[in-house]
Amino acid sequence: MRIFEIAAFAVRGLTANKMRSGLTTLGILIGVASVILLIAVGNGASSAVQQSIAGLGTNILTISPQRAQPGTTAKPLTTADAAALVGQDSPAVKYASPVVSAQATAGYGDTTHDIGQFIGSDPRYFDTTNSAVAQGNLFSDNDVQQARKVVVIGATVAAQLFPGLDPVGKSVLVNNIPFTVVGVLAAKGSSGLQDADDLAVAPLTTTQNALTGYGGLTQIVVQARSADALPDAQAQVTTILNGRHKTTGTADYRILSQDQLLTARTATTETFTVLLASVAAISLLVGGIGITNIMLVTVTERIREIGIRKAVGAPRSSILGQFLIEATLLSLFGGALGVAAGVVGSRFTIAGIQPVLVPSSVLLAFAVSALIGLFFGSYPASRAAKLRPIEALRHE
Amino acid sequence: MSPVIEVRDLRKTYGSGDTAVHALRGLDLTVQKGEYIAIMGASGSGKSTLLNILGCLDVPSGGEYLLDGIDTGEFDEEQLSLLRNRKIGFVFQSFNLVPRTTALANVELPLVYAGVRRAQRRERALAALDLVGLRDRTHHRPNELSGGQQQRVAIARALVTSPAIVLADEPTGNLDTDSSREVLGILDRLNATGRTVVLITHEDEVAAHAMRTVRVVDGRVAGVLV
Ligand SMILES: Nc1ncnc2c1ncn2[C@@H]1O[C@H](COP(=O)(O)OP(=O)(O)OP(=O)(O)O)[C@@H](O)[C@H]1O
Ligand SMILES: [Mg+2]
Repeated sequence: MRIFEIAAFAVRGLTANKMRSGLTTLGILIGVASVILLIAVGNGASSAVQQSIAGLGTNILTISPQRAQPGTTAKPLTTADAAALVGQDSPAVKYASPVVSAQATAGYGDTTHDIGQFIGSDPRYFDTTNSAVAQGNLFSDNDVQQARKVVVIGATVAAQLFPGLDPVGKSVLVNNIPFTVVGVLAAKGSSGLQDADDLAVAPLTTTQNALTGYGGLTQIVVQARSADALPDAQAQVTTILNGRHKTTGTADYRILSQDQLLTARTATTETFTVLLASVAAISLLVGGIGITNIMLVTVTERIREIGIRKAVGAPRSSILGQFLIEATLLSLFGGALGVAAGVVGSRFTIAGIQPVLVPSSVLLAFAVSALIGLFFGSYPASRAAKLRPIEALRHE
Repeated sequence: MSPVIEVRDLRKTYGSGDTAVHALRGLDLTVQKGEYIAIMGASGSGKSTLLNILGCLDVPSGGEYLLDGIDTGEFDEEQLSLLRNRKIGFVFQSFNLVPRTTALANVELPLVYAGVRRAQRRERALAALDLVGLRDRTHHRPNELSGGQQQRVAIARALVTSPAIVLADEPTGNLDTDSSREVLGILDRLNATGRTVVLITHEDEVAAHAMRTVRVVDGRVAGVLV
């Protein structure tokens, strides 16, 4: 009795039950593909966030207001604070840009668009955020002084409001106030959870005039002279602000370096990845149970056949071999299709996220489903092969 | 002549405790080589239980079963499957063909496990199908065959390995008179070539083909008619 004959039985067993074989393959396919895809999406999201933070540059400090401690009044961050940060007392600081942000709806002709971020700042803001201009120009310090109603828009806003048109020189209505578009920023791409190109930047003065009023700043973005000067810059900024805000105890502002920002954001994306990984683990489990189920049904359905084969003299080893080969073929075939589906699927953008394949997840998904298929294909078969022929024949 | 089958004080109990069924209660039977025996008895008397044990498809709860003088209790799993494959041809009352598989492949099955090569296997399976008059049905699947035809495929499968013993459990139970006659003719011819035949039947005309009839009553042999 050669292995070839047993393999032929296995192949005939599979082709004689096309529906069952097809469903088993499908079950394994879905299990493997969903695990690969989910992990790729999680990985894609976190690497996008990391890239967008890395794009900020390594010599940036972000100062944002903190809520007041009970019993004290928090001073808002002001333009004067920002101005005070550059000077003799802070040799390590190169610029400090005051930043306000607003909710704004822009309209051009019949089209309107809710802008993701409407920012008011000075021209240094473009430098600190690594924003390059693609069309037209950035606004100037003079525009800020004169509070001119000019705006630089991101690629998404340009595409939404001016499809097929050159936006430069056009007039948009921002919350019904006309602004002239002077430039369009180069696209940065989606950073996973938010679109970095869905923004508009106008002079600080104009924004305060027209949109936010003269309250506190949302942020002060400080650029140090170099990455090495960052700790010095942080110390100097802290001294100056503590002096101006007469800080005792807990400060009413918070300074974050790009490093800390990265750590904070990485922590969030890690949570996200862990979440997706647990979803993937669950889907692997569910897929595994599906495979187990279908394999068990398959073997149970065929215990009579096992009885017949034993009655005409099949040794236990050949029955085991036949079912093992059947399970192997199904698992490998379904697993390979699942890997193919997962790899192809990860080429598409899913919910705004470009998935990035994790090779080990491919291996894991394939191995787990193949092992489950093998085990639950052969274990019940081996139990059935141990039955006396008459017991197997009587099985219903 | 030495007996090919010798059964002493054979017992078989299904289940245990209050629900235990004593299907065989100390049955003795000796079958000589080349004999043709009919087993008769009321429904539930233990005939199928006996035949299954004789075919090494089941094991007794007590007593001895000597096959060619050797106690079958001594055989291991591998030797038992070899016995079922080479020495015994079993015809089930309910056919027990592999579903979705052609008549030819069903008849070839024991030969595959016997390690017979492909070409020779085909030749012998076709010859066996020829013998049962199904040469023109070789590529039909069980669900495309009538009951009588399925029974004949099952007989072809039982005799394809040229076993020394053919055991048949009510082989004509589901068949009309013509089909019965054909099946009995085949068994007669097998016996004429020296094979030992044991069959179970409820019909006197069928039993008339045998050399002797064994009556089973309540799991014991009640009497032997010559
Ligand atoms: N697997 C089993 N489990 C429990 N009881 C069984 C089992 N097989 C048979 N029996 C019982 O054993 C007794 C003998 O059964 P057996 O099948 O040998 O009868 P039989 O003589 O072949 O009857 P029939 O002529 O109806 O085929 C019956 O009472 C039956 O209910
Ligand atoms: Mg019976």
